[in-house]
Amino acid sequence: MKVLKLIIKNPLRHKLRTTLTILGIAIAVISFGLLRTVVTAWYVGVEGSSANRLITRQAVSFIFPLPYSYRDKIAQIEGVKNLTYANWFGGVYIDKNQFFARIAADAETIFDVYPEFMLTKDELETFKRERNSCILGEGIARQYNLKVGYIMTLEGDIYPGNWEFIVRGIYRPRDKTTDASQMIFHWNYVNERMKEDMPERSGDIGWYIVQIEDPAKSAIISEQIDALFKNSPAETKTETERAFQQGFLAATSAIIDSMNVISFIIVGIIMLILGNTMIMAARERTREYAVFKALGFSGKHLTQIILGESLFISAVGGGVGLVLTFPIVVAFEKVIPKGFFPVFQIEPITVILAVSAAILIGIAAAIFPIQRALSTKIIDGFRFVG
Amino acid sequence: MSAIIQVQNVSKSYWRDSFEVPVLNDLSLEVNRGDFVALMGPSGSGKTTLLNMIAGIDRPSKGKLIVDGTDISTLGESSLAKWRSAKIGFVFQFYNLIPVLTAFENVELPLLLTKLSKAERKKHVETALGIVGLGDRMHHSPKQLSGGQEQRVAIARAIVTDPVILVADEPTGDLDKHSAEEILTLMERLNKEFHKTILIVTHDPHAASRAKIIRNLEKGDLIPEVA
Repeated sequence: MKVLKLIIKNPLRHKLRTTLTILGIAIAVISFGLLRTVVTAWYVGVEGSSANRLITRQAVSFIFPLPYSYRDKIAQIEGVKNLTYANWFGGVYIDKNQFFARIAADAETIFDVYPEFMLTKDELETFKRERNSCILGEGIARQYNLKVGYIMTLEGDIYPGNWEFIVRGIYRPRDKTTDASQMIFHWNYVNERMKEDMPERSGDIGWYIVQIEDPAKSAIISEQIDALFKNSPAETKTETERAFQQGFLAATSAIIDSMNVISFIIVGIIMLILGNTMIMAARERTREYAVFKALGFSGKHLTQIILGESLFISAVGGGVGLVLTFPIVVAFEKVIPKGFFPVFQIEPITVILAVSAAILIGIAAAIFPIQRALSTKIIDGFRFVG
Repeated sequence: MSAIIQVQNVSKSYWRDSFEVPVLNDLSLEVNRGDFVALMGPSGSGKTTLLNMIAGIDRPSKGKLIVDGTDISTLGESSLAKWRSAKIGFVFQFYNLIPVLTAFENVELPLLLTKLSKAERKKHVETALGIVGLGDRMHHSPKQLSGGQEQRVAIARAIVTDPVILVADEPTGDLDKHSAEEILTLMERLNKEFHKTILIVTHDPHAASRAKIIRNLEKGDLIPEVA
């Protein structure tokens, strides 16, 4: 490109203005990246859900239990491949402000239904064998520096009392969207103690997880499950795991939508910042553009000069912002309560959106200055007093 | 001697709001190849407008402009731009150098529109800057040069493509007496040694006196020739 030298040198005419514009773009890109990361982290549970898993819960509310006796009835439905169940345990480990999921589940079947929680054969066998054992996600193990053989004591709230578990395995997430911050232990271990302490709550199941053979049959199987318990004291609601996760998000959808909107408003702000800089620059150079035209430079050359400069500034600002977004997201993750977002990382789509936004902004900010430069007659350009 | 510039019955008027302001009235002029012509006249007489039209950066409202065999009043914008880059060298009152480029890069600008290689461009630029006596200031930026030196860089930029015509609008208007003298001497040299046809617009009778021909304009009309 014959005008490359000008594209690079032009932004250096007003170093302070260019620096401030680049910083403005960088800050806006960081804000955009951070907001998008929060939004994608919010949806990670939905993204990580499996198409061949159904969740059966109490029809009235998730907080009401289901009877253990439903297990065999659901298992008999045609198309059900595996069945497991779980209870939300709650409780506190060391710090009540640091949250991670603690789940009492059927030790025999839970990891058959969740193959994305990867364990060694030895870890799984030991876990199944020892009733007071637990399995941790590697994120939680790393956070609390827990290793196999360590003892964890939970202070119960939904299930009162102190609960001791021996770590017998640390699962690794198979996929990027797999939650690596769960603690899973024996439902039987919890249930036995409940039989003694609170017999009226023994045998309670929080939800059933139904692995089906064919995801295309999820609607039919869901209907069949719910039909089994129609008009019973504990009617069920069965839905896909994705729908179940989305149900949790529904309550916060307004916040997420707002964050989404704000992230794109930020893109608009960047456009105004750069647009302002480019308009000022083009106005100051009206006479120069007239000189270029008089020397024989065409509209194509002027477009290259102005568009190139705009893209150069937006690319530098966007690049600086993007590079800084990574450490800032890591720092942000450290200050929010642990486990609040099981997976908190910059997604490729966020990077793609930020880069695309920077390019689009560079183009959009140059449109008006280009139009002005091209439409100004040479003699008017020479007469222009900026 | 053949006429390189033929201005035939050219009129020009501008519109200010809804009022038509006539600038040139049915004006005709011929300039021969190798002439050095000074256009003089009071402000508003139309001398710069005439120069701009001959240089192809403004268009007549009526009439014909034939420059070096081309009727430029019929050319489209893109063809006119190409024609200008090949035929015309511009010198402006305020030099109009690009401040972020060095003297060398400023002079090289018109050559970027040609098919010359980098090495060929370098040779041409060095020659042009050598002619104006700034061979040792090639890598200086405009702000490191005096007004006279800046104007000499502008002249080097004007001649680097070897155009047939040089047009200069008040080339000494922003210079001190000594620098103005240098510029006028340089233009004389370009006319005599390099046979460039030169048209300058000036208010300064001393500057005009260095031209071979002086033509005066008044209220858009050309006053009969004074040899």
